[in-house]
Amino acid sequence: MIQHLSLNIEETAAVILFGVGFTILLLHRNLIKKIMGMNIMDTATYLFLASKGYITGRAVPIVADGVQEVSAYINPVPSGLVLTGIVVSVSTTALMLSLTIRLYERYHSLDLDEILILAKEEEQT
Amino acid sequence: MSRRKDNYETSRWLKFKKWVDGETDPLSTGMEAIPAVMEGQMRERRKNFALRKAYDEELARLSAEHADKTEIMKARGIRNFQKFYKIMSVILCLAIISVLLWTIAALPVTGGADNPANNEVAARYIEKGLQETGAVNIVTGMILDYRAFDTFGESCVLFIASCCVLVLLRLDADSKNDNIKKMIAESDDRLFEPKDDIILQKCACVLVPVIMIFGIYIVLNGHLSPGGGFSGGAVLGSGLILYLNAYGYGKMSRLFTEKVYRRTTLCALTFYCLAKSYSFFTGANHLESGIPTGTPGAILSSGLILPLNICVGLVVACTMYAFYTLFRKGGM
Amino acid sequence: MSFVQNFPFFSIILAMFSGIVSSVLPGKKARNLSLLMIAVTTALSAGTLFFCLRTGESYTYMMGHFPAPWGNEIRAGILEGATAVFFGVVMFLAVLGGLDHTAEDVEEKKLNLFYIMIDLMLSSLLALVYTNDLFTAYVFVEINTIAGCGLIMIRQKGRSMSAAIRYMIMSQLGSGLFLIGLSILYDITGHLLMSPAKESVAALAAAGDYRIPMLVIMAVIGVGLAIKSGLYPFHYWIPDTYGYATPTASAVLSGLVSKGYIFLLIKIFYRVLGYDNLVSSQMVNVLYVFGITGMVMGSLHAIHETDTRRMTAYSSVAQIGYIYMGIGLGTQPGMVAAVFHIFTHSATKALLFISAVGLYEASGDKKDYISLRGAGYRNPLAGIGFTVGSLSMVGFPMLSGFISKLLFATSALESPHKMLPTLIVLAVSTTLNAVYFLRLVITLYSRRRPEDAPISEVKVRSSWHLRLAILCFIAVNLVLGMSSQPIVQAITDGLAMFG
Repeated sequence: MIQHLSLNIEETAAVILFGVGFTILLLHRNLIKKIMGMNIMDTATYLFLASKGYITGRAVPIVADGVQEVSAYINPVPSGLVLTGIVVSVSTTALMLSLTIRLYERYHSLDLDEILILAKEEEQT
Repeated sequence: MSRRKDNYETSRWLKFKKWVDGETDPLSTGMEAIPAVMEGQMRERRKNFALRKAYDEELARLSAEHADKTEIMKARGIRNFQKFYKIMSVILCLAIISVLLWTIAALPVTGGADNPANNEVAARYIEKGLQETGAVNIVTGMILDYRAFDTFGESCVLFIASCCVLVLLRLDADSKNDNIKKMIAESDDRLFEPKDDIILQKCACVLVPVIMIFGIYIVLNGHLSPGGGFSGGAVLGSGLILYLNAYGYGKMSRLFTEKVYRRTTLCALTFYCLAKSYSFFTGANHLESGIPTGTPGAILSSGLILPLNICVGLVVACTMYAFYTLFRKGGM
Repeated sequence: MSFVQNFPFFSIILAMFSGIVSSVLPGKKARNLSLLMIAVTTALSAGTLFFCLRTGESYTYMMGHFPAPWGNEIRAGILEGATAVFFGVVMFLAVLGGLDHTAEDVEEKKLNLFYIMIDLMLSSLLALVYTNDLFTAYVFVEINTIAGCGLIMIRQKGRSMSAAIRYMIMSQLGSGLFLIGLSILYDITGHLLMSPAKESVAALAAAGDYRIPMLVIMAVIGVGLAIKSGLYPFHYWIPDTYGYATPTASAVLSGLVSKGYIFLLIKIFYRVLGYDNLVSSQMVNVLYVFGITGMVMGSLHAIHETDTRRMTAYSSVAQIGYIYMGIGLGTQPGMVAAVFHIFTHSATKALLFISAVGLYEASGDKKDYISLRGAGYRNPLAGIGFTVGSLSMVGFPMLSGFISKLLFATSALESPHKMLPTLIVLAVSTTLNAVYFLRLVITLYSRRRPEDAPISEVKVRSSWHLRLAILCFIAVNLVLGMSSQPIVQAITDGLAMFG
């Protein structure tokens, strides 16, 4: 198993980062760090996809000198998926950050637990 | 054993350590303008909250010292819970990582040419992509022609995210709500802008045209070389942001207002939507689309890909700029 | 190719296009456009449904000039058509019923943005229903998530914003898991379209290759979508989200959004991973256990709540548990019952949220039990609506909830190992449902006591849209309950087309 992992070194790095990002997003109390965790998680997935599209010794999928052999280029599909995924992650990051700004203006805190308690109190008064 | 430094409390390391631990909030001091919205009640409430937390802790400590054993157990329980929480989060992290490692140990080896992912789908994109889409960049051809529905969805993701940010952060000038009026007054940081910073302005003078031309180049060559609508649009957007920072909102509003933003986004997305609907409709009904692909390698080639790249570039540039201004002061 | 076959594509694009156009329209026009668009898309979906019923088979539709393994595709069949029609109807009634409150809760200048969210939400739901491509599904899941978040936080009160960020966090966890599952699946099959992916999954299963990755893919995709639809242990975001959003948003989120994800999950199970592989890999048993835990725990939480909207939200947790239990039974009748319960629950929960609005109007906008005492007399139609919804949730005959409980019970009889726990939990959960829903109904029709805070005893007449929406929702419930036979038949046929 270890030997196989050392061959799949990019994927190994990607899933370790994925786990770290997932845990930060789920369990860290600070909102900004949660957003960082989300970005780590997304980026890890893109690393995973990009490494899955790579084929040793082949060029980027941009037709050069009219060569159109399959053996000349890497797999273009994962690259396209990563492009689409990046836009999605930019959008969600912007949305989360703007929510964080509003919540900070209101409660002067970035701690999610504290914000939830303050919001509850505000509701009751 | 090293002696503790006298000024350890104010040392940078401790500040950094506290920040890493999430104990202090680096944003609470040292920002250019501390938002003082709803200062009275909310600050007070937060202080009360902090006080009460301190009081609760004090009570817990006192009861731990003086009261009977169950109270001690309770205080210990809270502390144990926090420890438990940390340990559990580490365990969860390790569990996810080990499950995924276990998975990828069974996956095909990276870089192998015979992996299942390198099948007839990728082969056709490479072998016939140039003839069928007219794009030299196979990835662009794939995302804007073969799998264009995904990419249209992706533009809509960006569109709806910008709508959500507008909902959250736009402050309407003629709003009846007093709170919002106060917020507008406070967030108007034109007063805080460094006026006529000569170094920044001269640098921007040189850089902005270069950045803009580079951005336009990336957008226009999306089908010929690495690049495309999204990356080019992001470069264009950053050029606009640099110009804004150097010359301020006054000059920028002559060029770019919310009206311009809305119209550009609307036109670009409408064109995108109609063009792609046409090509989906003709494709599904087995009609000829009648759009020439041109000579591969020329700028004006590859059918709809170039106009679509321009549309995406416009949307992305406007959205990036809109994000910046909305985050900064809640309006354009 | 007949022209009717274009309708699924038209309905998706129309919904998106009206969202894009609404960005420059003033609020009222955006609202009218949105209502018109929902009506038209529902009609288009109905056309698709009738076409499929007449021809008796499903068809795929190329999105572009390239066929299956290369280009994007959508697919329409009986089940897709029926779900799309149903989602359209519920969406229309929910928007109609909440019109006044939307206008109150949303700043006037931002009203058009609210309707953009509604339009794009509908387009993403339709795309999730019709899609035949896994990556398209991911992109539209994200649109759905962001639109849902927008609908929650558009009411810019403190609690709805903290609810929105919690919702975003949980949804992002779900999306992340879903995406990594897709990536692994792509790596071992090399396909993103559902039909070729299913063939290569079947080939791999027959050859016995990649057993571990397949298992992890099932788990990761299942858990990802379960988090997003709010299955029991991942339900923490539900009460706040449904409890503090504007009424239309609550009805749409509880009635449609979570159902969209469940429908996608069922579709992936049938059309990609293969239901037999799932049953043999014991993955369904995990969903089953989560489901039956949710059925009991959700109801227990609901009993503890004093805020009636949060109580209704917790009851959603229990009902989602029912659906996952049906999926987890691992038999065809169980799946039919689960799909039928998707319909039942979205009609009933939307009815409850919308008619509760009328009751709050009659009680000075208070949401606790004491203030609602006697509200059924002050706003009779809303009281009737809420009563019908409650009775349907409890499983009163003639209403839709009864049929779905009957279907669950009969399907449980066919799986010997799960029969006893299913029946016991169904009985317990029904009793608990009865406890909290009937308590509220009795409160609605009991006399106010002298010590209660004074509320004007004048009868409140809600606006005509609210009354119309409540009446239509009651009608939908009765239709589902009384003429269930053709609907169950259609679901069975539709599921057979999936296979």
